Amino acid sequence: MPRIFAPEEIGEVVEMLLFQDLDIRSVTLGLSIQDCISHNVADSIGCVERKVGVYGEKLVKAVDKVANKYGVKIVTKRIALTPISIVLEAIAKNSIDKAVEAGIEIAKAIDRIATSIGIDYVGGYSAFVHKGFTHGDIAVIESFPDALASTQTIASMINAASTYTGINVDAVNTVSRKIVDLAHKTPKGIGCTRFAVMANAPEDNPFVPGAYHGLGEPETVVNVAVSGPGVIEAVIKRLGEKADMRTLHDYVKRAAFKITRLGELIGREVAKEIGAQFGIVDLSVAPSPKIGDSVARILEAMGLEVAGAPGSIAALYILVDAVKKGGAMATSSIGGLSGAFIPVSEDWGMTRAAMLGAITIDRLEAMMAVCNTGIDMVAIPGDTPPETIAALILDVMAVGIALDKALGVRIIPVPNAKPGDVVDFGGLLGSTVVMNVPRYDTKKFVERGGLIPPSIKRLDKG
Amino acid sequence: MLHSDLDRASDESLAVITVIGADKPGIVAGITSVLAKYNVNIVDISQTVVRGIFSMIMIVDLSTGRIDLPKLREELIAKGRDLGVEVSVNHIAVFRAMQRV
Repeated sequence: MPRIFAPEEIGEVVEMLLFQDLDIRSVTLGLSIQDCISHNVADSIGCVERKVGVYGEKLVKAVDKVANKYGVKIVTKRIALTPISIVLEAIAKNSIDKAVEAGIEIAKAIDRIATSIGIDYVGGYSAFVHKGFTHGDIAVIESFPDALASTQTIASMINAASTYTGINVDAVNTVSRKIVDLAHKTPKGIGCTRFAVMANAPEDNPFVPGAYHGLGEPETVVNVAVSGPGVIEAVIKRLGEKADMRTLHDYVKRAAFKITRLGELIGREVAKEIGAQFGIVDLSVAPSPKIGDSVARILEAMGLEVAGAPGSIAALYILVDAVKKGGAMATSSIGGLSGAFIPVSEDWGMTRAAMLGAITIDRLEAMMAVCNTGIDMVAIPGDTPPETIAALILDVMAVGIALDKALGVRIIPVPNAKPGDVVDFGGLLGSTVVMNVPRYDTKKFVERGGLIPPSIKRLDKG
Repeated sequence: MLHSDLDRASDESLAVITVIGADKPGIVAGITSVLAKYNVNIVDISQTVVRGIFSMIMIVDLSTGRIDLPKLREELIAKGRDLGVEVSVNHIAVFRAMQRV
């Protein structure tokens, strides 16, 4: 009796969904708000509010319907908007102060709507300043601490570096001071969990806080982020300790194929429901603070005592490379960051490793050579000087442009916290330990300001 | 059930039901009674007991039934609770996407 699926095939999928936390991390609707550009503040706010409301409701309905139909959990629903700097441009030309006020008002209006209809995050409180500032960019940088402190769902990203143009050190310096401001405006500095500074931010990233709706995108687009570290950990454990590296890579690749296929199925169905174009699947396997949903535990399953131990870069390289190869076979719609995420507080195993001292800022900087994370969800002492934060950001930006890839910094200077203190951000943000930051003086270096030129790679691009 | 019969049933209307739990009399009867009540046709079924753990996989066709997939899931999970077993119901497209190139 031929069967369409062998019982083992069905059993494997059901086990992944029920016991290995395989789910869709986010369905992110990219939404253009370029039509909301106006000299009139009230018109801009009304327009953005209306669009987020109408499309947000469609998104929530579609996601719930698809999750129910397929029996697959979709953890968050997000919206990514056109960078708000563009919307504020016309107002900022006349008065930066007015644009700052307008930005905060727009953020609050979006937040009200998002909260009322069940959208978890709205990305796009963003500006692109890798070569310099427009009036709108200045308004965004000036206002993001207040915009984030007075909302729950708004996410913000400043792109400060690009392979094409180099690194805007002035932007990094200003943003570093603003990160400290934001930390002081929110309990435990939690507002900083919704802010990142990035190099080479992709236009179709479904993950917050980096998500925004790029200028090359259509009116609306559905992008999907998958989760599934538990699936990969289970595959490696089942394979046992005797399998060699090539076999290990092959099994991870096969698991990544399956995870990505689920993402594409769900993304396409949600897009069809909404009547939007389907965009991309971000291949990154996103962790969560649950013990069985950790990227660090994948490295440990490969045979390391703890993530961060010598060998971690090689192990992470195997994971990222296998995920990309398996994912590339599974979908022709790749995009976003598509690497591996190791946000420290959001990953149970990363936080455990940080508590043991195996994961430090130095180790994260080494790991970013082979993944797309940078320094993510790292709590640092609240009295870390802005020039030290700026220097840390510059290091990550430099690796981003030297290796021509997207990298970010999401750092939380927790007020009054010392290295070793434990801080709980709650929910998916997790709890973590405050990391030590070397206190060597960096001031004279960062205060040179200006632009660090692009690398010689720029010339390959014509 | 022949493969050709499965092909004939529209993919859109097929669902996969899995039931896992401690073995005891009445599990198959309990689950299939819900399917019969709503006129849902079973197109494939396999069942094993390994070390006292009962596991059953069914592929069902909802096109003849008087119930949609989310509602059927609700009913079967409630029935599973009465029987002390774990039930999951997924659309067949999930398995096609993940297990076929």
